[in-house]
Amino acid sequence: MSKRIEVRDLNVFYGNFKAVADVSLTIEPKTVTAFIGPSGCGKSTFLRTLNRMHEVIPGAYVEGEVLIDGENLYAANTDPVEVRRQVGMVFQRPNPFPTMSIRDNVLAGVKLNNNRISKSDADDLVKKSLQGANLWKEVKDRLDKPGSSLSGGQQQRLCIARAIAVSPDVLLMDEPCSALDPISTLAIEDLIDELKSDFTIVIVTHNMQQASRVSDKTAFFNIEGTGMPGRLIEYGDTRTIFERPSVQATEDYISGRFG
Amino acid sequence: MALVLSAPPAMRKLSRGTLWAVVALSLLLSVGFFSLLVLSGASKDFNIVGAILVAVILYIIVTFGMSRFVEGRRKATDRLATALVTSAFIVALLPLVSLVYTAVANGINRFDGDFFNSSMRNVVGAGGGGLHAIVGTLEVTAAATVISVPIGIMTAVYLVEYGKGRLSRAITVLVDVMTGIPSIVAGLFAFALFALFFGPGIRFGIGGAVALSVLMIPVVVRSTEEMLKIVPNELREASLALGVPKWLTVVKVVIPTAIGGIITGVMIAISRIIGETAPLLIICGMSTSMNYDLFSGRMATLPVFVYTQYSNQGTDTQAYLDRAWTGALVLILIVMVLNILARILSKILAPKGSR
Repeated sequence: MSKRIEVRDLNVFYGNFKAVADVSLTIEPKTVTAFIGPSGCGKSTFLRTLNRMHEVIPGAYVEGEVLIDGENLYAANTDPVEVRRQVGMVFQRPNPFPTMSIRDNVLAGVKLNNNRISKSDADDLVKKSLQGANLWKEVKDRLDKPGSSLSGGQQQRLCIARAIAVSPDVLLMDEPCSALDPISTLAIEDLIDELKSDFTIVIVTHNMQQASRVSDKTAFFNIEGTGMPGRLIEYGDTRTIFERPSVQATEDYISGRFG
Repeated sequence: MALVLSAPPAMRKLSRGTLWAVVALSLLLSVGFFSLLVLSGASKDFNIVGAILVAVILYIIVTFGMSRFVEGRRKATDRLATALVTSAFIVALLPLVSLVYTAVANGINRFDGDFFNSSMRNVVGAGGGGLHAIVGTLEVTAAATVISVPIGIMTAVYLVEYGKGRLSRAITVLVDVMTGIPSIVAGLFAFALFALFFGPGIRFGIGGAVALSVLMIPVVVRSTEEMLKIVPNELREASLALGVPKWLTVVKVVIPTAIGGIITGVMIAISRIIGETAPLLIICGMSTSMNYDLFSGRMATLPVFVYTQYSNQGTDTQAYLDRAWTGALVLILIVMVLNILARILSKILAPKGSR
């Protein structure tokens, strides 16, 4: 279920603009890795290259290699659709499908792909995924209500349930708590801790306390100035990064001197 | 510095009753004045539009004056703006009300079983009906819709989801140009097209449908495009991130999310073409008998029926005029029913719940 991600010399472009330069790092299976850094430093952009969502934007492309258990995502014969089935994603703003019920939202990955699934298998999958996302108890009596009738925090957990229902190997989270209140944030953070046993999780966050709470490893990204590409400054165990960073910029950012 | 406040102006307010009294008074004065004109022989008929216009102006002036005196300047300006906006609304509504009233008043004479039961075959005086025209209009419009909706929606999907660069810009410009094509030109186009295959003088229903499609496609493209554009990008990304291919994302996420608006757009397009006369006159022709076959023979349609009844009045003039008005009334009713159906449909299909 859980796989290792290796990034080698990755450069990320939007047309002529180089957004992220020379990133190399290895993410171990069954860990939570946090990407931190000031706004515009390319951490979300980099995250989106890990499941080839980056190239959805017109003119965007990537140079370099991303290996998941040794297989290059950017090899010529790799289908981006297959990649996205292996590497799930949760977005900044909760985005359940407004035309679908809670149940159908969880089953979206199956149903939208025109895969057939028996009623009992579907029921099991819905229950398992919603339990996995800590949402089952709250919604089990109203699975046929529209997904958009839930609160923001519940919607985000619904989106997580939707992402884990297709049983990916890796789960990417792009600031999953930035639109949520502290209580919902706590619920999601607890959930991340539980999901760690099954998935490799990569999370982008602006909240340094959150990074130190949930992650095993932390990567600090920074940007030298506007128009310059973002770079990976430091990557290591979360404790090391927060307590004894080896680069001055990391320490400045973590102690709140900029960003 | 001492502040002296004598009864703050904001505290005094014109009541609703007072305002309605002003409305009644203005109407009364205006109607009285115009009645006097009639009685004195200065004008022949009672001028209803003039009376309403004068009453509205009178009302605006009087409320402004009263409000200025009682409530102060800010409130008075507010009342003036409210009165102007309201009267603009009434002015916009007047032609519509008058049109519906005229159509119903004149059309009701022949709005009977006979009209919906018989064609104009062998009818020269009174009697007869518009069944052949009603069926023709429904068939031609349905055929035009069947042709236009898939082409229009697919074009819009291409423009919004796939197209970039020169080709899509060229298509956008062409669609804009198509929107402005005069309907008679669309009719001539269809006529010329089918004359190539079937020889000159060809007239049949499907030709009319093709002509109407030329008018309908750009409207469908434009409205669908707008609807697809307002589907949040986040939904597309959510679907793609689940490993759903792009075409399935479009078919199963984007279009269902926008379907309510798309249906409304298609409805507007149908309403736009169902009353077209000129192209049908050229390529559909006119018939006095029933013709259910779109692919052969001249076919009557309601707008052309109304036109011929009015332009070729026989000896019994009133019978022809009555039929023309009833035809117009039926056309309005068909559009109304279609509109209501579309509203119900888009209510059922639209995304439920709110964020």
